[in-house]
Amino acid sequence: MKPVNFDYERPRTIDEACELLASNSNARILAGGQSLIPMLSMRLSRPSLLIDIAHIKDLSEIVATDTHIEIGAMVRQAVAKNAIMIREYIPLLSKALHHVGHPPTRARGTVGGSIAHADPSAEIALVAVTLGAEITYRVGCDDHMFDATEFFIGPMLTVAPPDGCLVKVGFPKTSKICGTGFYEVAPRRSDYALASAAAQINFDSKGAAKTIRVGVGSIGDFPERLDVDHLLKTDLNDESIVATVETAITEIETVDDLHASAEYRKRVAAHLAVKALQTARDEVREAPAK
Amino acid sequence: MIRVSIEVNDKTVTAEVEPRLTLLDFIRDVAGLKGTHAGCEHGVCGACTVLVEGNAIRSCLVLAVQADEQEVISIEGVGGDLGRSGELSIVQDAFCEAHGLQCGYCTPGMVLAAEALLADTPNPTEGDVREAISGNICRCTGYVQIVEAVMLAADRLANRNYKSKPGQNSDQTRG
Repeated sequence: MKPVNFDYERPRTIDEACELLASNSNARILAGGQSLIPMLSMRLSRPSLLIDIAHIKDLSEIVATDTHIEIGAMVRQAVAKNAIMIREYIPLLSKALHHVGHPPTRARGTVGGSIAHADPSAEIALVAVTLGAEITYRVGCDDHMFDATEFFIGPMLTVAPPDGCLVKVGFPKTSKICGTGFYEVAPRRSDYALASAAAQINFDSKGAAKTIRVGVGSIGDFPERLDVDHLLKTDLNDESIVATVETAITEIETVDDLHASAEYRKRVAAHLAVKALQTARDEVREAPAK
Repeated sequence: MIRVSIEVNDKTVTAEVEPRLTLLDFIRDVAGLKGTHAGCEHGVCGACTVLVEGNAIRSCLVLAVQADEQEVISIEGVGGDLGRSGELSIVQDAFCEAHGLQCGYCTPGMVLAAEALLADTPNPTEGDVREAISGNICRCTGYVQIVEAVMLAADRLANRNYKSKPGQNSDQTRG
């Protein structure tokens, strides 16, 4: 379990990192390393140059804009999990981060790294797709923005430019009144999930549902959103939630592997999506308006 | 080769290393401290857990070059006076007393995961303890006695009005 040898650079600015990326077609960005280093150790990945972005100061910031919370590429999962701004404005991500790996991997792993790695069972990617996060890559001197719902195209496959460096991920802020739910089923704590689901309901000031987002992960090649817009016409009762989710999930392609059948994953994901929606609804029905 | 300088248990170790050298191999082969165990070497077992800047991390998933100029505590530095006094730490002592180990291969990692937990969370619940060691695999004990050992250590630390190291937040409690 020793990686193939490689060169190592430690740029101080994003521009410098992009120059290095452009100079070597077999270069990889190293952020927290919690996915990349195992792949190096197993020699599944054999880059000739690693570009360590941990020393680029701008990348460790969490910034609030009018509409989004932008998480820099080097923000570690443990930092994001404890960040008040994220708890307040992206509560769904806060909930999901509890399920990401375990304390030692969260202490090193980054939010952006998980998205760039694009593991089909990654919780952070599921939240990004569910909420429609904006993923920004720097290529040369230009920023390219990708909608998370179109970013993931296969297991560990994204539409990211090969010579680009992820700089930030912007998650839309919730409305003032909002409920969230996140659930997953895994063989044991901190293991890869067999099925996962995330839900967020934004309400208007009168308590009517304004937007409803539900996503499922770990059951196909990448996380996907369920089309549940029909629920906006209902009062979010249990029967409508179950019926809408069960219809929507038939559209999702699921995969078999030695851990679980496609049929089982789909059934569990539907159940979790219902539970996530119910939790999101009940959070608001119980809590008074802010 | 890249020159790195890592503070291991309060002692600066400087060496020219290949970029692919993991922190685990740096600690074992360059610093010569064999208490940090190499298990799976790809981030699954937790045997190689050490503290970097106070956080429990897997040393097989960090390159030595990434830990340049940082502070590392390995199992040898856990005891009294960063291990120099020869006294076991309260956590290590509790592992012995509660029979929190059998073959001992996972123990250094378990102890460091527990030390990191108790530095931040002086009054952990059993759930907190299980969460903290959820990335550490033990094939002997069935975990029950390990959890008991960490709870025992937490009790003892609380009862002796334990002061945490400067810079660490000891007032934080779980709501």
